[in-house]
Amino acid sequence: MLTKKTVAESNYTLEKLDFWQGVISSGPILLGIIPFGITCGVMGLTAGLTPLETVMMSFLVFAGASQFIAITMLGAGITGWSVIVFTTLLVNLRHMLMGASLAQYMVKLSTYRQALLSFLLTDEAYAVTISRIYQQGYSAAHHFGVSISLYLTWALSTIVGVLVGSYIPDPLAWGLDFAMPATFLVLLLPQITDRISLVVCIAAGLIAVTGALYLPGKWYMIAATLGAVLIGGLMEGAKANAK
Amino acid sequence: MRSEIIFIIAGMALVTFATRYSCVALFRQTGMPDWLERWLKHIPPAILTALIVPALVMPTGQIDISLNNHYLLAGLVAALAAYKTRNIVTTLTLGLGTMLALRFWG
Repeated sequence: MLTKKTVAESNYTLEKLDFWQGVISSGPILLGIIPFGITCGVMGLTAGLTPLETVMMSFLVFAGASQFIAITMLGAGITGWSVIVFTTLLVNLRHMLMGASLAQYMVKLSTYRQALLSFLLTDEAYAVTISRIYQQGYSAAHHFGVSISLYLTWALSTIVGVLVGSYIPDPLAWGLDFAMPATFLVLLLPQITDRISLVVCIAAGLIAVTGALYLPGKWYMIAATLGAVLIGGLMEGAKANAK
Repeated sequence: MRSEIIFIIAGMALVTFATRYSCVALFRQTGMPDWLERWLKHIPPAILTALIVPALVMPTGQIDISLNNHYLLAGLVAALAAYKTRNIVTTLTLGLGTMLALRFWG
């Protein structure tokens, strides 16, 4: 017969196993995160941020795309608090969807754990966690293992980028900033799954280029996103009505 | 550390956490309503496209569709690699390789 103590111990062992399975299953993605994080560190310095500011952003914000956008804006001399913070909000709105889809599994966790796992939520952590849910069910330890290994890898590779970056006179002259659109391409292509998403992308591209020519600062991103989302939502509505 | 940068980083951290936590707090009982998902699901591809296209088509701020635009040429290579492999390392290697080759031998 199991005593309370041995049950607690076997639960602990199971949680530890799940945690390390999470760390391991994040492995392939880490390969992609490292060059991205290093680029983030290099770009922070290039944009005129101090090493500490660049690394702090990775530790506190932990959102690759919006960090790159903020750094790019700061480098271009756009230092308006509201523009940068509002753009960050728009870029990260997608996390609300992921949070919503994970929420039903996280309901039993303590508020502290919910808040911690939410702070660590990224596209990559979501992808690995949701596929584990489909395969074996939800495990908070696994979720945390995936999330914390992505977080530490992102933060540490930013530090590496900051250290390496100080030995490179002007990394942008090499075209290293090209790593950003190239990475976004890999993230984007799997999302183009039907005619509507293709139209959304074409609309976003056209509005972005037009906006970049005629709108101040980086507001073309907000115009392109809102315009394309409006078109996509209306097309979904027309499709739903036609059924 | 400059204070205006600290405020920007703090603001970014705050709104990022808000986007990640709000729905966990709000929808953990009910799930996301379908009508909202219909609109929000297009945000990621729209934002990514708005990041990629100007970076490749107008790297200097003006539209440049020519063989002199290394970003556009390397971008086409990267797009092909991303489409064929869906792999970030392969895409970065081929794309950045093209970019560096154009920079030094182009």
